[in-house]
Amino acid sequence: MEPSIPASAAPPTLQVRNLQTSFFTRAGEVKAVNDVSFNVGRGKVLGLVGESGSGKTVTGFSIMRLVDEPGRITGGQILFGGQDLVKASEEEMRQIRGNRVAMIFQDPMMTLNPVLRIDTQMIETMQAHRKISHEAARQRARDTLGMVGIPSPDERLKAYPHQFSGGMRQRVAIAIALLHEPDLIVADEPTTALDVTIQGQILAEVQKLAATTGTSIIWITHDLSVVAGLADDIAVMYAGRIAEYGSVADVLDHPLHPYTNGLLGSVPSRNKRGEPLRQIPGMTPSLLSLPPGCPFQNRCPRAADVCRQDPPMAEILPAHEARCFRPHLEEAGVAA
Amino acid sequence: MSETMQAAPAPVRAEGEKMIEVVGVSRRFAKRLDFAGKILAKLGAPIREEVVHAVDKVDLTIRKGEVVGLVGESGCGKSTLGRMVAGILPPSDGTILWKGKDRTGLGGKDARAAMLQAQMIFQDPMSSLNPRLKVAEIIGEAPLVHGLTTRSEFGRYVDEQMRRAGLDPVFKARYPHQFSGGQRQRIGIARALAVQPEFLVCDESVAALDVSIQAQILNLFMKLRQELDLTYLFISHDLGVVEHLSDRVVIMYLGRVVEEAPTEVVFSRANHPYTQSLLAAVPRIEARKKAFATVKGEIPSPLNPPSGCHFHPRCPHAFDRCRAEVPALKEVAPGHKSRCHLNDLPNHGGMPV
Repeated sequence: MEPSIPASAAPPTLQVRNLQTSFFTRAGEVKAVNDVSFNVGRGKVLGLVGESGSGKTVTGFSIMRLVDEPGRITGGQILFGGQDLVKASEEEMRQIRGNRVAMIFQDPMMTLNPVLRIDTQMIETMQAHRKISHEAARQRARDTLGMVGIPSPDERLKAYPHQFSGGMRQRVAIAIALLHEPDLIVADEPTTALDVTIQGQILAEVQKLAATTGTSIIWITHDLSVVAGLADDIAVMYAGRIAEYGSVADVLDHPLHPYTNGLLGSVPSRNKRGEPLRQIPGMTPSLLSLPPGCPFQNRCPRAADVCRQDPPMAEILPAHEARCFRPHLEEAGVAA
Repeated sequence: MSETMQAAPAPVRAEGEKMIEVVGVSRRFAKRLDFAGKILAKLGAPIREEVVHAVDKVDLTIRKGEVVGLVGESGCGKSTLGRMVAGILPPSDGTILWKGKDRTGLGGKDARAAMLQAQMIFQDPMSSLNPRLKVAEIIGEAPLVHGLTTRSEFGRYVDEQMRRAGLDPVFKARYPHQFSGGQRQRIGIARALAVQPEFLVCDESVAALDVSIQAQILNLFMKLRQELDLTYLFISHDLGVVEHLSDRVVIMYLGRVVEEAPTEVVFSRANHPYTQSLLAAVPRIEARKKAFATVKGEIPSPLNPPSGCHFHPRCPHAFDRCRAEVPALKEVAPGHKSRCHLNDLPNHGGMPV
């Protein structure tokens, strides 16, 4: 179905429609991304949230077309600037990747080459995508480092990655992602390994960037509290599918899907101090042995017979979608 | 929020007996010069041994039945302190008293008994479990060696330990890799509890787990505390988890304790500027499109910490004295200690601006 969010006039930067990515393993087909649809508007931040194995990272990799064997995109569309990235050739993707769409990884050393100086790497990246003189590229590299809050960028350009701290390295990775002023950045848990005060600094920079440059961001994370303050919209993933999708306020204040509801309930700050935390029973299922129907049914307190059928993604409230037959409508203040 | 917090009973269990008393404990790690380095140093090259003061003159008392949260960012020495308290790392200076006695002075049987009383649960369950042993062996080995169970009772003893940690004893013949992360952490907990300790040091024990699994393990910790009357030192960088679990919170920065207070006081009336910026930087789920508060600068290298108060280069309230003189950890209110010169300023009222 058509994702209905956001309902703005300008066409969204990215439209993902019914994306399917599978890994063909000896044990069988693993549907890591199963019928995933969402939009990201210009200058908007989408928080893609889920626990390990929910398919959030593979979704990001699929958008970048970085899924390797035995994985393959088996269906759906990734519409970006009027082009379907699923159908783009390898050469077309090479032009787009790093230029119009950039990615930031959890480990900045995935982006950085440990044996090259920062300036070499940044200038190389720029010259790969456009005709630019060495001097102009260097100037741009310096400005970008300054923009992400690296002190004395002139000297730091001459440093090697190991001479930076973890937080600074992540800033360099972000600066490289920003070099071409991309339309979209896919950020995969970029602050998870960082300390709280450093995470706060990076989140503040990213927020500023999205607001000033109009770059759209997909922020992949397992941490609901990070996206609460950063994102415009949230898509919660479970077992390869989007369980719930809507604005931050709708999803976090009035969760419809029992999984979202359980996830929010298990956050310590949502509980009374010292009382047992509300917990979701059981554990994340293996994608190889999902029960027929809703993948959450075995852990769901509201599961009923109907849940043995596949729930469709449905706009249960205006601009607020969930894949559930028995959503939490009472809490959202709506009669069932 | 602060209303309900103030209504909560003030410092609990302050009356319990002292279980652990850490007095002036320091731990240094030195990177010794190699042969070539020594020669170069002799020839006058500007190289010298690098010494990290991981923990710098820390005092800490943990009473029976208490849960003390130890909070700090990377490199602040919280894990090193935890290891020393658990007795698996000797301090460079200072003494650690276990129920009033110095553990290093104990001999043979007494020393072993004291060691068993304090157990540690680690962050990464996979690297703290022997991958070649079956779960039953991992859990049962220590109790068997220490005579807490017998060969004939072994099976039953292990079953009981597993059930208590929320594991099905059917799985006792399996290996660690056959379990999920949450279950592995339960194995680590079962192993620690199998020697019947009174005191547990949990070093980032839920940091690697997904939120829904983290809640299960935290609930298990709280249940065990009640059932077995355990005392905890809970080390974490996650303030939400610490707030939920602890009676008292200790905050460290670059090897020193900067603030110590009952949990509700730390989260409602933090005194030290570092604690305040830490609390401001924590992402909150209630926040909507907020401007993230930032602390300027980075965590300095513990190899070369700033003079005076370690936090002064990042502190919004720093003045001359902070650069020159190390502030002392002083009581600012009953049970509330802070290491900040601002508290000495007149008309300050113990709260930085």
